[in-house]
This record gives sequence, C-alpha cells and structure tokens, in this order.
Amino acid sequence: MKKRSLLQRSIVIAIVTIVGLYIVIGPHGRRPHLKDFTPSGIKATLAQNIHLGLDLKGGSHLVMRVRVEDYLKRLTEDSATAAQNAAKDAGFDIKEAHAETAGDYRVVLQAGDASKAQAIREAVQKKVELTDNAGWSFSASGDKLIWTLTGSAQRTLADNATEQALKIIETRINAIGVAEPTLQRRGGQNSHEILLQMPGIQDPEHVKQLLAGQSHLELVHVISPPSPAPVQTYATREEATASLNSGGNMPANRRVFPYIERAELANRAGQNATNPQKPTKWVVVESPAIIDGAELRTASAIQGRAGSDEYEIQFSLKKSGADKFGAWTGANINEYMGVVLNDEVKSIAYIKSQIFDQGEITGNFSKQSADDLALTLRSGALPAPIQYQEERTVGPSLGADSIRSGVRASVLGLALVVLFMLIYYRGAGINAVIALLLNMVLMIAGLILFGATLTLPGIAGMILTIGMAVDSNVLIFERIREELRSGKTVPSAIEQGFGHAFITIIDTHVTTIVSSLFLYVFGVGPIRGFAVTLVLGLLVNLFSAVYVSRTIFIWLVSRKGRRVESLSI
Amino acid sequence: MFQLFHKTNIDWLGKRRFFIGISIMLMLAGMGTALYRHKFHPKGTDAFNLGVDFKGGTVVTVRFKNPPTAEEIRASIDQAGIKDAVIQPVLDRPGEFLIRLPQQAQTQATDQNQIGVDIGRALVHRALSKFGNEAAGDLNSDPNAAYKIEGTDAVSAVASAQLRTQAIAVTIAALIGMLIFIAFRFEWTYGAAAVIAVFHTVLVTLGLFSIFQIEINLTVIAALLTLVGFDVNDSIVIFDRIRENRKLYRRMNLYDVTNLSINQTLSRTVITSGLVFLSVVALVILGGETLRPFSLALLMGIVFGTYDTIAVAGPIMVWWERKLEAANRKATTAALARSPQSKSRGQSARKEAPSRAARV
Repeated sequence: MKKRSLLQRSIVIAIVTIVGLYIVIGPHGRRPHLKDFTPSGIKATLAQNIHLGLDLKGGSHLVMRVRVEDYLKRLTEDSATAAQNAAKDAGFDIKEAHAETAGDYRVVLQAGDASKAQAIREAVQKKVELTDNAGWSFSASGDKLIWTLTGSAQRTLADNATEQALKIIETRINAIGVAEPTLQRRGGQNSHEILLQMPGIQDPEHVKQLLAGQSHLELVHVISPPSPAPVQTYATREEATASLNSGGNMPANRRVFPYIERAELANRAGQNATNPQKPTKWVVVESPAIIDGAELRTASAIQGRAGSDEYEIQFSLKKSGADKFGAWTGANINEYMGVVLNDEVKSIAYIKSQIFDQGEITGNFSKQSADDLALTLRSGALPAPIQYQEERTVGPSLGADSIRSGVRASVLGLALVVLFMLIYYRGAGINAVIALLLNMVLMIAGLILFGATLTLPGIAGMILTIGMAVDSNVLIFERIREELRSGKTVPSAIEQGFGHAFITIIDTHVTTIVSSLFLYVFGVGPIRGFAVTLVLGLLVNLFSAVYVSRTIFIWLVSRKGRRVESLSI
Repeated sequence: MFQLFHKTNIDWLGKRRFFIGISIMLMLAGMGTALYRHKFHPKGTDAFNLGVDFKGGTVVTVRFKNPPTAEEIRASIDQAGIKDAVIQPVLDRPGEFLIRLPQQAQTQATDQNQIGVDIGRALVHRALSKFGNEAAGDLNSDPNAAYKIEGTDAVSAVASAQLRTQAIAVTIAALIGMLIFIAFRFEWTYGAAAVIAVFHTVLVTLGLFSIFQIEINLTVIAALLTLVGFDVNDSIVIFDRIRENRKLYRRMNLYDVTNLSINQTLSRTVITSGLVFLSVVALVILGGETLRPFSLALLMGIVFGTYDTIAVAGPIMVWWERKLEAANRKATTAALARSPQSKSRGQSARKEAPSRAARV
C-alpha cells in the first residue's frame, strides 16, 4: 500500500516537473531541436517564452483621458443651433436660443409666443434628435422650451464617445505601424481612460502628436459678397463680430474664425524660413457647416508642385457627403467657400461650378505634417479631445539594468536561504531546497502558461514567494521536531507534523491569496503584476512544499524500513 | 539537532504593557512627525515624500556621456524657464540624473495640468540641448551624442489623485477581506486582533517613511500590502496553535495557552522572519535604486510585523476574549436571575455558559 502510493506520488511529481521544465525552457509552437537544449539555445528560448513588461523591456506607456465633457458640450451646442434653425424653418418666431453646459447639459429656446411651445417642440423634434428616446427630457416654463440630457443618456453618450475614440486611436496606431501595441480601456465604465503601451518606442513624442491630432475638418459657407468681389475679411475678431449687428452676441447660425492667408506665393524664391507671416484675418462663416470630416472617404498627402517641398492634402467624399456638397455648390455658384481645419480657415475659394466629391486643403504643409494630417483625417475625427494623464517611458538599458539587479537579488536571496536550510535542518534541508527550486520553476512555468508579463514588481513578488515557500518548510520541520521531542516514532512524527502544519499552511496561504485578489481587482499595472506572481507562487507552493516534500520523507522512511530511529532534521 | 530555542518559557503577555507602550510611542513618533511636517514644512518637506505617482509631476531620467555637475544641469534647466526643478544624481548608476519637474501651477485648471504631463520630456530635451545631442539609440554606440533620456514618469494631478484614493481603498479592502476570513476560520476577536496588529505595522512603517522622508510610490503600496499578508501569516500561525492547544489543555486559561503557543511557535517565527529578512536585505542591497523604497518598506515591515504578532495581536486578542467572557457571564447570571420560570431560556443560557467557560 505504502509502496504503491509512493510510486504514484513519484510519477505525479516526475510528470509535473518535466512538463514544468519544458514549458520554461522548451520552444513553443514549433518542434524542438537538439540545439534548443544547449545553454545558448535555452537562453534564447527563455527570452522568447517570458513576456517582459515595459519596465524591463523598454517602451512607452501612455494613459489618456477622453474629454467627454467637451464632447457633450459640443453636442449640446450643435443641438441648440440645429433646434433654432429647425424652429425658424418651420416658421416660428424664436427670440433666443442657447446651450447650457455647466453642470447639466440643456438646450434652451425662447419662443416669441408662449402658446406655441408645443407646436415648436414638435417641429424641432421632427428634424433634430432632441427626443426622449435620444435621452433628452423636455420641459417648458412660460415661453421657454428646455431639453435636458438625462444622466443615463450622458453616461451612454460619453461611453460611446470613448469607444469611438478607442477605435480611431487604434486605426492611427496601426497606420503608423507600432509593433505589438497594447490598447485598451482602463478603469471602470465612467473613467473614460485609454491605456496605450508600445514596447520598444523610447520617444513617444511623434505618436503622441498623431494621436492627439485634432483634425476637425469642415467645409463652410463664408459670408461675403459673391465673386468677383473679393472675399470679405476683417482685421480683428471684434470687427468681424460687429459686422453681424447683433450687439456683440454671436447668433447661433454664425461663427467667426481666424484666417491666415497663404504667404508663400509672395516668397517663391524659397525664403520660407524667414517668411514673415501675414497678419491673421478674420472671417464670418455660416453655421452649421455644409459638411464635415465625418463625410470623408479618403485623404492623402500629395506634392503641391513638382519639385517643391510643399505638400497639400487631397480628399474625396462619401456618397452622402458628395450629394449634400453637390447640391449646395450647385445652388451657390460664385459664393465663397472655406476649408476649416480645427477652427481655423485654411483656404477660401469661390465656387466656379458644381463640385461633387473632390477637394483639397492647401496651406504650407511639410511632407511630415501633410502625412500626419491626412492620416488623422482618414481615421476620422476624435469625438472629443484627449488629454494625457500618464506618460511613462523606459529606455532599454534602464530595463536591462533592472533585470540584472532583480536577478542578482533573487539569486543572493535564494542562496542565503538554501545555505541556512542546509545548515539548520541538514538532511531535511535538502527537501526544502528541492521544494524551493521546483517552486521557482513551476512559478515561471505558470507565468508563461497564463501569458502573464513579468514586471519589476513581479520579480519582487518572486523573491517574496521564496520567503513564503521557505515558511511552509520551516513550519513542517519545526512541527516534526516537536513531535520527535515528545517521543513519537519517526514515521508518526512525520505524519503528525505534516498533518498539523498543513492546517496552518492552508490558513496562511488563503489569507495571503485573499489579500492578493484584492490587489489584483483594485490594483493598477505594477501592483497587479505583483499580485499575479504572488498568487501563482503560493498555489505552486502547496504542491512543492507539502506534496513533494512529504513524498521525499515517505521515500526516506520506506528505504530505511519500519524501524527507522533517527531522522536528519 | 541544531536548535535555536530550547523549550522557551517566556511570559510574553506579562510584558504587554511594555510592548504596547513601545508600539504606541513608535506610532506617535511617526504620526507626530507627519503632522509636524504637514503643518510647518521644515526644509520644504511634506508629511510624506510622495512620488509622482501620488503627487503628479514629471521625473525624467537622463544619462550623460561626460556627466556635468548637478549645478550645471540646474543652470541649463533654469535657463530654459523651467521652475523648481530638482536634480538628483542616481547613486548606483554613475552618470545618471533624475530631473524632477513639479506639477505646473494650476492657474488654468485642466489645460495647465495637461501641459505639465505632456511636455515634460520635450522641455528637458530642449534644456539639455546645450550639452549636445541626444542619442537616438544606445548612448555608448552613438559617437555624436552627449546624453540620452532613459526614462520618463509623468502623472497628471487628476490621475495621481485617483491613484492616491485607489491605494488607500486597496489597503483598507485587503484588511477587511482578511478580517472576514479570519473571523470565519477563528473568532472575530482573533480577526480584529490580527487586523489591529497589521494596521499598527502599516502605521509604524508609514511613520518611518515620514521621519526619513523616503519616497512613497506605487511599489511602496505593493510592499505595504505584502506586509499585510506576511503579518497576518504570523498571527495565524500563533492563533492556529492557540486553537489546537485549547483542545489539548482544557483546564489551562487563555492567558497561559497564549503564552505557551507563542513559545512553541517561537523558533518558527524567528527562523521564517529571519529568512524573509535575509531575502529582503538582498533586495535592498542589489535591487537597485528603483526598487529601494519598496525594499525598505518591506524591511521595516518584516521587523515590526514579527514584533507586533507577539506584542500586539496576542495581548489584544486575550484582553478582548476576557472582556467578552466577563460580559457573557454577567449576561448569563442576569438572565438566570431575571427569569427563573422561563425554563427554556434559562436552560439555553446555562448550556451556553459551560461551553464558553470550557474554552477559557
């Protein structure tokens, strides 16, 4: 009976050890060669098998927050404009319209005739999505019509904006060809944070610019006498606003944008570096825009003139956009149209003939900036600006240093522990050493198996596991010694020692696992890596320190026979 | 047999006033320092030396080929118009400096703070251009380069506030989780005693961090949480023994059983803590500067964690159980006196009384 259980135990241990070792040093996903088991081969496969975290491998770690409040603000403002236009189109008298965006998001219309409120509401909701279904709750007080965005709608809209931003960022990241990026949402539903990790990228400056690149493209109608009169511009913003005769307030259907006229025509001789910028002018445009960037099909950077280092961006529109644009241009021959990028007028041209789906943006771009702009236009506009919350970069040599010192500390710690165990427990110390080494191998195998990444705190977690593992052995050995002292025979002392210590070991392990689970669930990045290694180490330890160690004792006893009288412990 | 402790017979609980006095003094010293620093800011210090993780701001690690002095670096940083930067050489990697830029003044709320996080690296890059070019790849293999930005850590005010709350929440959640588990496995008084002891260790460690102004970052929180685990481990080993001994020695009172259990597990406590201490010392010496706050937190925690199991957890548990016991006895006699007729209640109370007494 004893013999058989010993055999069973030995087989289990042998299988686990071999499988564990193979997971650690064997190549994955291909047949092993003999070459893989030479020292250099092992080193190479080891480096392949263990996923190193950014702090060890080097790379960039960015956390950005989507400014969803800006998104909701713009949405509310756009809705206010659209609502006013819809009501006016339906022939109602609207005294005033505005958006409230502090605290709650509200669209407020002031009707000329309070009794028409309900009719205005219907007219507006027919054209603009200010419906209950879209999350706007309506209320009217006196001559005021108020649509308030409900809390749940705010959350849903904000969440969708974050998802959309994530997709757009993904497109941009893929377009620039970052190797093995990690891109995911971080934190809870309401955090609106996006985590981006890029191994190997030491200087994220360019990527950052590209990601945050706001490319809100609009094609607008510029308010000006039609061609051949020159386009109407103003020297200051105030002057432009004053031209509206609205007492300094901006009507909902007008906007004022800066316009920097292209200066390079005057400097063809190539004095671009010293090119004095022409003064900024201001123009008044109609709101809403004819079409915006959402209607873009594609955009690409092309050279402006053969041999010049000036670039421009050519774009084409989707079917729906082309229809709208074609209809508008057909009806407005000789009117002025502007290309607005990020609230700045890039170029103004008059409509010579109906245009459908082609256009270009000119404006002194270098190749790099034209490429970047085309990319951000292609991937679509971010629904809201993003803001960087965290930026961490690690150079490869810093990471290599960390690995070196981590490994050195582990080896020294392990050596000290082994030395002590061998001196203090002599024969049984060998048990402990075998258990410890097996623990390390299986823990690394576990990390590889679960595809976990090894980080600096993870290495620290391993060192602590050495401590926990050795604690189990000490508990067992001390208990066996106690039982021996109280006059029990060797086999029964071993039996009792393991039995009693086992309860304690389970209790201590479970408490630490409980706290590690909390670390994993509530912790961020580095703390998580630490928790993973610790839990893995503890689970493995139940096998190596209890099962394996006990098997060795059983083997010792069975070898010496029933009348074993002494135990080296 | 090579034995550290032969049959020790120390009256640990008898020294409880002394032990608890020491603990209270240590806690007061730490908390006092923290309060004092919080209030008066001697030499510009704060209650705790929080790293960028919790305070926000930017740290840039720069390695130079021909290292200038810290003063020269400061001069160039000042010239670039960056205010209040702190230059700090990395001791274990010669030629390397940490340049700390504080959180930008929050005059324009979010936008200003955006600038602080986003452009720290670019700012330092501009300031250092006076020393030469930055290496594109490795510093040593680039003959024209003078320096290399090896790493940056930038955290915004919003994110650091989040991390701060999260760290506190995680620590408290872990403590509550343990309290529940121990209450489930033992008695809730044991759980409370263990958790109070752990809390004490965390407070003392934080106090020492305040006194010596060691930087507190995310890894320190990880260390504190490990301590929580280790410390409760120690308490559980002793509690386990108490539970076992109470079945063995039914006549012995709780005070003596606790003393006996502490003595019986003493060699295990000392050996384990000693070995963990050794591996942590290895980490302190060889783990490098990045992990130093982490390893120091562990080192302190191991020392106080071992001490508080014996000095704090035991006495509190015994004191509490005794209070409960006294209250229980009073309640039982009161119930018996009040309702001699109501037999069932009297009986159940009587039934309870001996079982409770047998455990003491």
